[in-house]
Amino acid sequence: MLEFVLIALVKSVVVLVALLLMVAYLTLMERVVIARIQVRLGPNRVGPFGLLQPIADGIKLLLKEDVVPAQADKYLYVLAPALAFGAAFATFAVIPFGDTVVLWGRRIPLGVADVNVGLLYVFAVSSIGVYGIIFGAWASNSKYPLLGGLRSAAQMLSYELSLVFSVVGVLMLSGSLSLSDVVAGQSRLWYVCLQPVGFLAFLVASFAEVNRLPFDLPEAENELVGGFHTEYSSMKFAMFFLGEYGSMITTSAMITTLYLGGWHGPFLPPVVWFLIKVAAFLFFFVWVRGTLPRFRYDQLMKFGWKVLLPVSIANIFVTGLVLAWVG
Amino acid sequence: MNTVLAILKGFRLTLRHFFKRPITVRYPERKRVFSARFRGLHTLARDEAGMEKCVGCGLCAKVCPSFAIEVVAAENTDLDRHNNTERYAASYVIDIGRCIFCGYCVDACPTEAISMTPRYEMADYRRDSLFYSKSRMLPEDGDPRPGAREEEATAAGRKS
Repeated sequence: MLEFVLIALVKSVVVLVALLLMVAYLTLMERVVIARIQVRLGPNRVGPFGLLQPIADGIKLLLKEDVVPAQADKYLYVLAPALAFGAAFATFAVIPFGDTVVLWGRRIPLGVADVNVGLLYVFAVSSIGVYGIIFGAWASNSKYPLLGGLRSAAQMLSYELSLVFSVVGVLMLSGSLSLSDVVAGQSRLWYVCLQPVGFLAFLVASFAEVNRLPFDLPEAENELVGGFHTEYSSMKFAMFFLGEYGSMITTSAMITTLYLGGWHGPFLPPVVWFLIKVAAFLFFFVWVRGTLPRFRYDQLMKFGWKVLLPVSIANIFVTGLVLAWVG
Repeated sequence: MNTVLAILKGFRLTLRHFFKRPITVRYPERKRVFSARFRGLHTLARDEAGMEKCVGCGLCAKVCPSFAIEVVAAENTDLDRHNNTERYAASYVIDIGRCIFCGYCVDACPTEAISMTPRYEMADYRRDSLFYSKSRMLPEDGDPRPGAREEEATAAGRKS
């Protein structure tokens, strides 16, 4: 029993630290990639190649004054960033990032927990992150955050549906909600080959889910100042920031796990393959940000309900028909 | 279909830019080379005989749109002769903090005494060091080239 708890604890700590480091350097990567897309250099002053920039940013944020608006709902105001942050990182718990390894005579599956309803867990926990945004928006007691929060509520509602529906195709193929079974099912052929439409629908919906461009309406800075985190400063703001980038990583990991065969790949060790795939998607996230402008709000809604949702439902239908026909 | 194509074209464009060489100049280490007509810090000139070209007429101060120039003229005497005309500038001060580098003073000058150099690094920590007086803009006695010192300074800065 003690051994079980200890192993789980060690794995959680390792994963959390790794994720936080990845988030820190994801911000640097994003700035450099965006800069290169705009034929600029990007941050290159702090440390060699600007590699210490995230640390400098972190120290700066920690040392900033922590302001709580006078009219704010104090408890919700403090709770909100913690929720946004926690939800983003807790999702990663069920994602398997490597094959089972043998260490000191024990078989250790790489992944914090292999839950048999892993996918449901992912969607449940990532939806809690929406509460972080809405609570923060409401508790700030200020108009721009409130508008950003409302937008985010509507957006999440519209796109979570398509997100879940597009995954159903994968579930029908794998026959299991456990993410390690989903990965195991892709040892020969990645699901992206069998589910190209579902993959695209999932990809688009996940952009809306993590509030990234072109769907970053909850924090559209030219309309809403900072959106839901306008009134936040210091480490509370940093928590929202970490949450957003954390969910970017988690979403990339989810796409990798569901459609790109998770840690499967030739020659290189499984963990490396997993990281390569995730990094590729993170690059794609940034690339999209450097390319596409923001959608208008009604366009976003129209696209979600009139295009994405029918497509993902049709995908389930077709998958079902084909599965029934094949066997 | 057209929209999808347009989006893909956008991705191709940004990716091409991604692999281009950044055009950023790493400023303090490297410096841009400006044209000879760049309007930077002013300089006062001497003629071939090493005399000051400025006759203290004050047209530059008159034409200056931001009132950055102050000229105090004085009579040349045989004991204290700065040029072969009647008057010279006893004090000539440009407040670089006010100057907008329009170059009107250069156009206005009847004796071509004032001109502009490519030097642009004039930031300082003290306001009073932004006042550029004759001693900082006029070449040493006997050096007729206008702004010789400044150009050398810029060239030296470029190399480093």
